[in-house]
Amino acid sequence: MEEKNAIMMEEKDNVATVLSAVEKNDKVKIILGKNHFTVLAKESIPFGHKVALRKIAKGENIIKYGEVIGRARDEIKKGTYIHVHNTQSIAGK
Amino acid sequence: MKITGYMRSDGSVGVRNYIAILPSVGCANDFVLKLGNIYPNVKLLTHRQGCSQVGLDNDQTVRTLIGLGKNPNIAGVLVVGLGCETIKAEYIAKEISKTKKMVECLVLNNENGVASALSKGARLLNPMLQDASKMKRTTCDMEQLIIGVKCGLSDSTSGITSNPATGIVSDMVIESGGTVIFGETPEIIGVDHILAKRSANQDVVNKLHRLINDCKERVKASGGNIQEANVAPGNIAGGITTIEEKSIGAITKGGRKTLQDVLKYGEKPKGKGLFFMDSPGRTPEALTGLIAAGAQIIIFSTGGGSPGGSPISPVIKVTGNRNTAQRLKDIIDVDVSSIIMGKETLKEAGIKIFKKLCNVASGEVTKAEILGYGLISIWNISPLSG
Repeated sequence: MEEKNAIMMEEKDNVATVLSAVEKNDKVKIILGKNHFTVLAKESIPFGHKVALRKIAKGENIIKYGEVIGRARDEIKKGTYIHVHNTQSIAGK
Repeated sequence: MKITGYMRSDGSVGVRNYIAILPSVGCANDFVLKLGNIYPNVKLLTHRQGCSQVGLDNDQTVRTLIGLGKNPNIAGVLVVGLGCETIKAEYIAKEISKTKKMVECLVLNNENGVASALSKGARLLNPMLQDASKMKRTTCDMEQLIIGVKCGLSDSTSGITSNPATGIVSDMVIESGGTVIFGETPEIIGVDHILAKRSANQDVVNKLHRLINDCKERVKASGGNIQEANVAPGNIAGGITTIEEKSIGAITKGGRKTLQDVLKYGEKPKGKGLFFMDSPGRTPEALTGLIAAGAQIIIFSTGGGSPGGSPISPVIKVTGNRNTAQRLKDIIDVDVSSIIMGKETLKEAGIKIFKKLCNVASGEVTKAEILGYGLISIWNISPLSG
Protein backbone atom coordinates (compact mmCIF):
# COMPACT_ATOMS: atom_id res chain seq x y z
CA MET A 1 0.00 0.00 0.00
CA GLU A 2 1.20 3.51 -0.82
CA GLU A 3 2.54 5.32 2.23
CA LYS A 4 0.36 8.26 3.31
CA ASN A 5 2.30 11.21 4.71
CA ALA A 6 1.30 14.45 6.33
CA ILE A 7 3.57 17.37 7.25
CA MET A 8 3.43 19.16 10.58
CA MET A 9 4.97 22.65 10.49
CA GLU A 10 5.63 23.24 14.22
CA GLU A 11 5.70 21.11 17.35
CA LYS A 12 2.70 22.87 18.95
CA ASP A 13 0.46 22.48 15.87
CA ASN A 14 -2.74 20.46 16.33
CA VAL A 15 -3.17 19.90 12.58
CA ALA A 16 -0.99 18.49 9.79
CA THR A 17 -1.31 18.87 6.00
CA VAL A 18 -1.73 15.58 4.10
CA LEU A 19 0.77 15.16 1.27
CA SER A 20 -1.44 12.82 -0.78
CA ALA A 21 -5.17 12.04 -0.75
CA VAL A 22 -6.07 10.05 2.37
CA GLU A 23 -8.90 7.46 2.69
CA LYS A 24 -10.85 6.43 5.80
CA ASN A 25 -8.80 4.05 8.02
CA ASP A 26 -5.48 4.98 6.34
CA LYS A 27 -2.55 5.10 8.73
CA VAL A 28 -1.10 8.57 8.13
CA LYS A 29 2.58 9.14 8.91
CA ILE A 30 2.86 12.62 10.46
CA ILE A 31 6.28 14.15 9.73
CA LEU A 32 7.85 16.88 11.88
CA GLY A 33 11.46 17.45 10.76
CA LYS A 34 13.32 14.18 11.38
CA ASN A 35 10.58 12.81 13.70
CA HIS A 36 7.31 11.12 12.87
CA PHE A 37 4.28 9.39 14.39
CA THR A 38 1.07 7.82 13.09
CA VAL A 39 -2.53 8.99 13.15
CA LEU A 40 -5.46 6.86 11.94
CA ALA A 41 -7.64 8.80 9.47
CA LYS A 42 -11.33 8.71 10.48
CA GLU A 43 -12.49 9.98 7.06
CA SER A 44 -11.13 10.79 3.61
CA ILE A 45 -9.08 13.99 3.27
CA PRO A 46 -8.05 15.56 -0.09
CA PHE A 47 -4.39 16.29 -0.95
CA GLY A 48 -3.17 19.54 0.64
CA HIS A 49 -5.97 19.61 3.23
CA LYS A 50 -5.62 19.17 7.01
CA VAL A 51 -6.02 16.33 9.53
CA ALA A 52 -6.60 16.78 13.30
CA LEU A 53 -3.68 15.42 15.34
CA ARG A 54 -5.61 15.27 18.61
CA LYS A 55 -9.09 15.92 19.99
CA ILE A 56 -9.85 19.65 19.69
CA ALA A 57 -12.64 21.08 21.88
CA LYS A 58 -15.38 23.36 20.54
CA GLY A 59 -14.04 26.95 20.58
CA GLU A 60 -10.41 25.81 20.89
CA ASN A 61 -7.76 27.36 18.61
CA ILE A 62 -6.63 25.55 15.47
CA ILE A 63 -2.82 25.82 15.35
CA LYS A 64 -0.67 25.58 12.19
CA TYR A 65 2.81 27.12 11.70
CA GLY A 66 2.75 27.43 15.52
CA GLU A 67 0.13 30.19 15.10
CA VAL A 68 -3.66 30.43 15.43
CA ILE A 69 -5.31 30.00 12.02
CA GLY A 70 -8.90 29.79 13.33
CA ARG A 71 -11.22 28.33 15.95
CA ALA A 72 -13.13 25.02 16.12
CA ARG A 73 -16.89 25.44 15.49
CA ASP A 74 -17.57 22.04 17.12
CA GLU A 75 -15.60 19.34 18.87
CA ILE A 76 -13.12 17.86 16.38
CA LYS A 77 -11.99 14.25 16.84
CA LYS A 78 -8.42 13.07 16.30
CA GLY A 79 -7.91 11.85 12.72
CA THR A 80 -10.80 13.86 11.23
CA TYR A 81 -10.77 16.31 8.36
CA ILE A 82 -10.31 19.99 9.32
CA HIS A 83 -11.65 22.65 6.96
CA VAL A 84 -14.29 25.40 6.58
CA HIS A 85 -17.08 23.05 7.82
CA ASN A 86 -15.64 22.86 11.35
CA THR A 87 -13.23 25.82 11.55
CA GLN A 88 -13.94 29.54 11.49
CA SER A 89 -11.60 32.48 10.92
CA ILE A 90 -11.05 34.89 13.79
CA ALA A 91 -9.42 37.75 11.84
CA GLY A 92 -11.67 37.47 8.80
CA LYS A 93 -14.95 37.85 10.70
CA MET B 1 29.75 32.15 3.48
CA LYS B 2 31.71 33.92 0.74
CA ILE B 3 30.57 34.87 -2.74
CA THR B 4 32.38 36.45 -5.65
CA GLY B 5 30.88 39.71 -6.89
CA TYR B 6 31.71 43.11 -8.33
CA MET B 7 32.82 45.62 -5.66
CA ARG B 8 31.29 49.03 -6.38
CA SER B 9 32.68 52.46 -5.44
CA ASP B 10 29.92 53.02 -2.86
CA GLY B 11 30.80 49.78 -1.02
CA SER B 12 27.93 47.77 -2.47
CA VAL B 13 28.39 44.47 -4.35
CA GLY B 14 26.96 43.58 -7.74
CA VAL B 15 26.25 39.95 -8.58
CA ARG B 16 25.89 40.97 -12.25
CA ASN B 17 27.72 43.64 -14.23
CA TYR B 18 25.24 45.24 -16.58
CA ILE B 19 25.07 48.44 -18.57
CA ALA B 20 21.46 49.64 -18.72
CA ILE B 21 19.34 52.25 -20.48
CA LEU B 22 16.73 53.77 -18.18
CA PRO B 23 14.02 56.03 -19.59
CA SER B 24 12.75 58.64 -17.11
CA VAL B 25 9.42 58.50 -18.92
CA GLY B 26 7.47 55.90 -20.92
CA CYS B 27 7.43 58.21 -23.96
CA ALA B 28 11.16 57.50 -24.42
CA ASN B 29 10.61 53.69 -24.57
CA ASP B 30 10.67 53.51 -28.37
CA PHE B 31 14.01 55.28 -28.49
CA VAL B 32 15.39 52.94 -25.81
CA LEU B 33 14.26 49.86 -27.78
CA LYS B 34 15.85 51.20 -30.99
CA LEU B 35 19.14 51.92 -29.23
CA GLY B 36 18.94 48.48 -27.63
CA ASN B 37 18.79 46.96 -31.11
CA ILE B 38 22.27 48.37 -31.77
CA TYR B 39 23.61 47.08 -28.42
CA PRO B 40 21.97 43.71 -27.66
CA ASN B 41 23.94 43.20 -24.41
CA VAL B 42 22.57 46.35 -22.82
CA LYS B 43 19.65 45.92 -20.38
CA LEU B 44 16.57 47.94 -21.33
CA LEU B 45 14.56 49.22 -18.35
CA THR B 46 11.49 50.44 -20.22
CA HIS B 47 8.36 51.23 -18.16
CA ARG B 48 5.11 53.21 -18.53
CA GLN B 49 5.39 55.93 -15.85
CA GLY B 50 7.30 59.21 -15.45
CA CYS B 51 4.80 61.88 -16.47
CA SER B 52 1.49 63.40 -15.29
CA GLN B 53 1.77 61.65 -11.95
CA VAL B 54 0.95 63.51 -8.75
CA GLY B 55 1.87 63.51 -5.06
CA LEU B 56 2.82 60.17 -3.54
CA ASP B 57 2.63 58.49 -6.92
CA ASN B 58 5.15 60.89 -8.47
CA ASP B 59 7.46 60.43 -5.45
CA GLN B 60 7.15 56.65 -5.79
CA THR B 61 8.16 56.68 -9.46
CA VAL B 62 11.12 59.02 -8.79
CA ARG B 63 12.28 56.79 -5.90
CA THR B 64 11.90 53.65 -8.00
CA LEU B 65 13.76 55.02 -11.04
CA ILE B 66 16.67 56.23 -8.89
CA GLY B 67 16.70 52.91 -7.01
CA LEU B 68 16.75 50.86 -10.20
CA GLY B 69 19.71 52.89 -11.50
CA LYS B 70 21.51 52.55 -8.17
CA ASN B 71 21.09 48.74 -7.99
CA PRO B 72 24.64 47.37 -7.62
CA ASN B 73 24.08 44.85 -10.44
CA ILE B 74 24.27 47.82 -12.81
CA ALA B 75 27.81 49.03 -13.55
CA GLY B 76 26.71 51.95 -15.69
CA VAL B 77 23.48 53.52 -16.88
CA LEU B 78 22.32 55.84 -19.65
CA VAL B 79 19.25 57.79 -18.50
CA VAL B 80 17.03 58.95 -21.36
CA GLY B 81 14.31 61.61 -21.21
CA LEU B 82 12.13 63.36 -23.72
CA GLY B 83 12.58 66.77 -22.08
CA CYS B 84 8.92 67.66 -21.50
CA GLU B 85 8.12 65.02 -18.82
CA THR B 86 7.53 65.77 -15.13
CA ILE B 87 10.30 63.42 -14.00
CA LYS B 88 13.48 64.87 -15.51
CA ALA B 89 16.19 62.55 -16.81
CA GLU B 90 18.91 64.96 -15.59
CA TYR B 91 17.63 64.73 -12.00
CA ILE B 92 17.42 60.92 -12.07
CA ALA B 93 20.94 60.75 -13.54
CA LYS B 94 22.34 63.16 -10.92
CA GLU B 95 20.86 61.10 -8.06
CA ILE B 96 22.16 57.79 -9.47
CA SER B 97 25.64 59.29 -9.95
CA LYS B 98 25.94 59.67 -6.14
CA THR B 99 26.92 55.97 -6.18
CA LYS B 100 29.95 57.04 -8.31
CA LYS B 101 29.01 54.50 -10.99
CA MET B 102 29.14 55.42 -14.70
CA VAL B 103 26.10 57.57 -15.52
CA GLU B 104 25.25 59.38 -18.76
CA CYS B 105 22.17 61.35 -19.70
CA LEU B 106 20.46 62.00 -23.02
CA VAL B 107 17.44 64.29 -23.56
CA LEU B 108 15.81 63.66 -26.93
CA ASN B 109 14.29 67.14 -27.36
CA ASN B 110 17.80 68.60 -27.17
CA GLU B 111 18.99 66.49 -30.10
CA ASN B 112 18.41 66.88 -33.85
CA GLY B 113 15.92 64.08 -34.28
CA VAL B 114 15.82 60.39 -33.37
CA ALA B 115 18.51 59.18 -35.80
CA SER B 116 20.97 61.77 -34.54
CA ALA B 117 20.11 60.95 -30.92
CA LEU B 118 20.72 57.23 -31.62
CA SER B 119 24.19 58.12 -32.80
CA LYS B 120 24.85 60.12 -29.63
CA GLY B 121 23.43 57.31 -27.46
CA ALA B 122 25.78 54.88 -29.15
CA ARG B 123 28.75 57.17 -28.45
CA LEU B 124 27.78 57.37 -24.76
CA LEU B 125 27.21 53.62 -24.32
CA ASN B 126 30.33 52.41 -26.06
CA PRO B 127 32.95 53.40 -23.42
CA MET B 128 30.67 52.23 -20.58
CA LEU B 129 30.42 48.77 -22.16
CA GLN B 130 34.20 48.63 -22.61
CA ASP B 131 34.91 49.75 -19.04
CA ALA B 132 32.37 47.30 -17.57
CA SER B 133 34.03 44.43 -19.43
CA LYS B 134 37.29 45.12 -17.58
CA MET B 135 35.70 44.75 -14.12
CA LYS B 136 36.48 41.49 -12.28
CA ARG B 137 34.68 39.49 -9.62
CA THR B 138 36.39 39.40 -6.22
CA THR B 139 35.60 37.56 -2.98
CA CYS B 140 32.92 39.39 -0.99
CA ASP B 141 30.93 38.83 2.19
CA MET B 142 27.24 37.94 2.24
CA GLU B 143 26.81 41.10 4.32
CA GLN B 144 26.58 43.16 1.16
CA LEU B 145 23.66 41.12 -0.20
CA ILE B 146 20.05 42.25 -0.19
CA ILE B 147 17.79 39.34 -1.05
CA GLY B 148 14.18 39.90 -2.10
CA VAL B 149 11.73 37.06 -1.40
CA LYS B 150 8.45 36.70 -3.25
CA CYS B 151 5.80 34.05 -3.87
CA GLY B 152 3.62 33.75 -6.94
CA LEU B 153 1.36 31.29 -8.72
CA SER B 154 0.98 29.63 -5.32
CA ASP B 155 -0.79 26.29 -4.82
CA SER B 156 -1.40 23.78 -1.98
CA THR B 157 2.33 22.99 -1.84
CA SER B 158 3.54 26.62 -1.45
CA GLY B 159 2.57 27.22 2.18
CA ILE B 160 4.01 23.89 3.38
CA THR B 161 7.13 23.48 1.20
CA SER B 162 8.65 26.26 -0.94
CA ASN B 163 7.53 29.20 1.27
CA PRO B 164 8.82 27.82 4.61
CA ALA B 165 11.98 26.47 2.90
CA THR B 166 12.55 29.99 1.48
CA GLY B 167 12.00 31.30 5.03
CA ILE B 168 14.88 29.11 6.22
CA VAL B 169 17.08 30.74 3.54
CA SER B 170 15.91 34.20 4.68
CA ASP B 171 17.06 33.36 8.22
CA MET B 172 20.40 32.01 6.92
CA VAL B 173 21.05 35.17 4.87
CA ILE B 174 20.39 37.36 7.93
CA GLU B 175 22.56 35.11 10.14
CA SER B 176 25.34 35.64 7.54
CA GLY B 177 25.02 39.40 8.04
CA GLY B 178 22.84 40.09 4.98
CA THR B 179 19.45 41.67 4.42
CA VAL B 180 16.09 40.24 3.34
CA ILE B 181 13.07 42.15 2.03
CA PHE B 182 9.62 40.66 1.64
CA GLY B 183 6.43 42.44 0.64
CA GLU B 184 2.94 41.99 -0.80
CA THR B 185 0.81 44.12 1.52
CA PRO B 186 -2.55 42.43 0.72
CA GLU B 187 -1.03 39.14 1.99
CA ILE B 188 -0.32 40.37 5.52
CA ILE B 189 -3.96 41.15 6.30
CA GLY B 190 -4.92 38.86 9.17
CA VAL B 191 -1.33 38.29 10.31
CA ASP B 192 -0.35 41.82 11.34
CA HIS B 193 -0.49 40.64 14.99
CA ILE B 194 2.19 38.01 14.25
CA LEU B 195 4.45 40.52 12.47
CA ALA B 196 3.79 43.00 15.28
CA LYS B 197 5.14 40.46 17.83
CA ARG B 198 8.32 40.19 15.75
CA SER B 199 8.73 43.93 15.11
CA ALA B 200 11.79 45.78 16.45
CA ASN B 201 9.73 48.63 17.97
CA GLN B 202 6.31 50.28 18.15
CA ASP B 203 7.10 52.58 15.21
CA VAL B 204 7.39 49.50 12.96
CA VAL B 205 4.06 48.16 14.28
CA ASN B 206 2.35 51.50 13.58
CA LYS B 207 3.73 51.57 10.05
CA LEU B 208 2.43 48.03 9.43
CA HIS B 209 -1.06 48.96 10.59
CA ARG B 210 -1.05 52.10 8.44
CA LEU B 211 -0.05 50.10 5.35
CA ILE B 212 -2.83 47.57 5.91
CA ASN B 213 -5.43 50.31 6.44
CA ASP B 214 -4.28 52.19 3.32
CA CYS B 215 -4.46 48.97 1.32
CA LYS B 216 -8.01 48.20 2.54
CA GLU B 217 -9.11 51.82 1.85
CA ARG B 218 -7.74 51.75 -1.70
CA VAL B 219 -9.61 48.51 -2.41
CA LYS B 220 -12.82 49.93 -0.88
CA ALA B 221 -12.52 53.19 -2.87
CA SER B 222 -12.32 51.09 -6.05
CA GLY B 223 -15.53 49.24 -5.14
CA GLY B 224 -13.80 45.95 -4.19
CA ASN B 225 -13.86 43.80 -1.02
CA ILE B 226 -10.47 42.67 0.29
CA GLN B 227 -11.91 39.91 2.52
CA GLU B 228 -13.72 38.26 -0.35
CA ALA B 229 -10.78 38.74 -2.70
CA ASN B 230 -8.36 37.15 -0.28
CA VAL B 231 -9.57 33.59 0.38
CA ALA B 232 -10.71 32.72 -3.12
CA PRO B 233 -12.77 29.60 -3.94
CA GLY B 234 -9.61 28.14 -5.48
CA ASN B 235 -7.78 28.59 -2.16
CA ILE B 236 -10.55 26.75 -0.28
CA ALA B 237 -10.53 23.94 -2.87
CA GLY B 238 -6.77 23.72 -2.36
CA GLY B 239 -7.14 23.28 1.41
CA ILE B 240 -6.76 26.85 2.72
CA THR B 241 -9.41 27.26 5.45
CA THR B 242 -9.01 30.86 6.70
CA ILE B 243 -7.37 34.18 5.75
CA GLU B 244 -5.01 33.68 8.71
CA GLU B 245 -3.80 30.36 7.28
CA LYS B 246 -3.28 31.84 3.83
CA SER B 247 -1.41 34.89 5.14
CA ILE B 248 0.79 32.93 7.58
CA GLY B 249 1.66 30.52 4.76
CA ALA B 250 2.70 33.52 2.65
CA ILE B 251 4.80 35.28 5.30
CA THR B 252 6.76 32.13 6.18
CA LYS B 253 8.95 33.00 3.17
CA GLY B 254 10.35 35.94 5.17
CA GLY B 255 11.65 33.65 7.92
CA ARG B 256 11.47 34.34 11.65
CA LYS B 257 13.89 37.14 12.37
CA THR B 258 13.03 40.51 13.94
CA LEU B 259 11.31 42.88 11.53
CA GLN B 260 13.63 45.91 11.49
CA ASP B 261 11.50 48.35 9.54
CA VAL B 262 8.73 48.88 7.01
CA LEU B 263 9.85 50.34 3.68
CA LYS B 264 8.04 52.38 1.08
CA TYR B 265 7.82 50.80 -2.36
CA GLY B 266 11.33 50.89 -3.87
CA GLU B 267 12.95 52.32 -0.71
CA LYS B 268 16.42 51.08 0.21
CA PRO B 269 16.68 49.55 3.71
CA LYS B 270 18.80 51.44 6.26
CA GLY B 271 20.72 48.76 8.09
CA LYS B 272 20.75 44.96 7.90
CA GLY B 273 18.24 42.24 8.73
CA LEU B 274 14.61 41.66 7.80
CA PHE B 275 12.43 44.35 6.18
CA PHE B 276 8.86 44.50 4.90
CA MET B 277 8.18 46.58 1.77
CA ASP B 278 4.78 48.05 0.85
CA SER B 279 3.99 46.48 -2.53
CA PRO B 280 1.30 44.72 -4.50
CA GLY B 281 1.43 40.95 -5.03
CA ARG B 282 1.49 41.20 -8.82
CA THR B 283 4.85 39.88 -9.97
CA PRO B 284 6.31 42.58 -12.30
CA GLU B 285 5.49 45.43 -9.87
CA ALA B 286 6.55 43.44 -6.79
CA LEU B 287 9.92 42.46 -8.33
CA THR B 288 10.57 46.01 -9.60
CA GLY B 289 10.02 47.41 -6.09
CA LEU B 290 12.41 44.88 -4.52
CA ILE B 291 15.09 45.56 -7.13
CA ALA B 292 14.71 49.36 -6.76
CA ALA B 293 15.24 48.80 -3.02
CA GLY B 294 18.61 47.29 -3.93
CA ALA B 295 17.90 43.54 -4.06
CA GLN B 296 20.68 41.90 -6.10
CA ILE B 297 18.90 38.50 -6.11
CA ILE B 298 15.27 37.38 -5.72
CA ILE B 299 14.11 34.02 -4.38
CA PHE B 300 10.72 33.27 -5.89
CA SER B 301 8.60 30.53 -4.35
CA THR B 302 6.02 29.12 -6.77
CA GLY B 303 3.55 26.25 -6.88
CA GLY B 304 2.37 26.36 -10.48
CA GLY B 305 5.63 27.69 -11.93
CA SER B 306 5.55 31.44 -12.62
CA PRO B 307 8.10 32.37 -15.30
CA GLY B 308 8.68 35.86 -13.77
CA GLY B 309 12.13 37.39 -13.96
CA SER B 310 13.83 40.76 -14.17
CA PRO B 311 16.37 42.48 -16.44
CA ILE B 312 18.53 43.53 -13.43
CA SER B 313 18.53 40.86 -10.73
CA PRO B 314 18.55 37.07 -11.09
CA VAL B 315 15.33 35.41 -9.89
CA ILE B 316 15.71 31.91 -8.40
CA LYS B 317 12.52 29.91 -8.88
CA VAL B 318 11.73 27.33 -6.16
CA THR B 319 8.83 24.87 -6.25
CA GLY B 320 7.57 22.14 -3.95
CA ASN B 321 5.21 20.82 -6.62
CA ARG B 322 6.73 17.72 -8.25
CA ASN B 323 4.63 18.00 -11.38
CA THR B 324 5.70 21.64 -11.88
CA ALA B 325 9.37 20.78 -11.29
CA GLN B 326 9.33 17.94 -13.82
CA ARG B 327 7.18 19.66 -16.45
CA LEU B 328 8.65 23.21 -16.33
CA LYS B 329 12.37 22.53 -16.40
CA ASP B 330 13.09 25.78 -18.26
CA ILE B 331 11.43 27.80 -15.45
CA ILE B 332 12.28 26.04 -12.16
CA ASP B 333 15.76 26.41 -10.61
CA VAL B 334 15.33 24.46 -7.36
CA ASP B 335 13.03 21.46 -6.86
CA VAL B 336 12.06 20.91 -3.20
CA SER B 337 9.20 18.50 -3.94
CA SER B 338 11.01 15.73 -2.04
CA ILE B 339 9.57 17.41 1.10
CA ILE B 340 6.15 16.14 -0.05
CA MET B 341 7.59 12.65 -0.53
CA GLY B 342 8.86 12.77 3.05
CA LYS B 343 12.43 12.38 1.71
CA GLU B 344 13.75 15.84 2.57
CA THR B 345 13.17 18.10 5.60
CA LEU B 346 12.41 21.82 5.27
CA LYS B 347 15.84 22.54 6.77
CA GLU B 348 17.60 20.38 4.17
CA ALA B 349 15.59 22.05 1.39
CA GLY B 350 16.52 25.48 2.81
CA ILE B 351 20.22 24.61 2.75
CA LYS B 352 19.87 23.44 -0.87
CA ILE B 353 18.31 26.79 -1.88
CA PHE B 354 20.96 28.71 0.08
CA LYS B 355 23.73 26.92 -1.85
CA LYS B 356 21.99 27.82 -5.11
CA LEU B 357 21.78 31.42 -3.91
CA CYS B 358 25.55 31.54 -3.27
CA ASN B 359 26.26 30.04 -6.71
CA VAL B 360 23.91 32.48 -8.46
CA ALA B 361 25.50 35.37 -6.53
CA SER B 362 28.86 34.22 -7.87
CA GLY B 363 27.72 34.11 -11.49
CA GLU B 364 25.64 30.96 -12.15
CA VAL B 365 22.71 31.96 -14.36
CA THR B 366 19.07 31.30 -13.44
CA LYS B 367 16.41 29.85 -15.74
CA ALA B 368 14.70 33.27 -16.06
CA GLU B 369 18.03 34.78 -17.14
CA ILE B 370 18.51 32.04 -19.76
CA LEU B 371 15.01 32.77 -21.07
CA GLY B 372 15.57 36.53 -20.83
CA TYR B 373 12.23 36.74 -19.04
CA GLY B 374 10.99 39.79 -17.13
CA LEU B 375 10.17 43.46 -17.56
CA ILE B 376 10.26 46.52 -15.35
CA SER B 377 6.82 47.68 -14.18
CA ILE B 378 6.45 50.47 -11.63
CA TRP B 379 3.50 50.29 -9.21
CA ASN B 380 1.08 53.12 -9.98
CA ILE B 381 -1.16 54.05 -7.01
CA SER B 382 -3.02 57.22 -8.03
CA PRO B 383 -4.98 58.66 -10.96
CA LEU B 384 -3.06 60.69 -13.55
CA SER B 385 -3.15 64.50 -13.63
CA GLY B 386 -3.09 64.81 -17.38
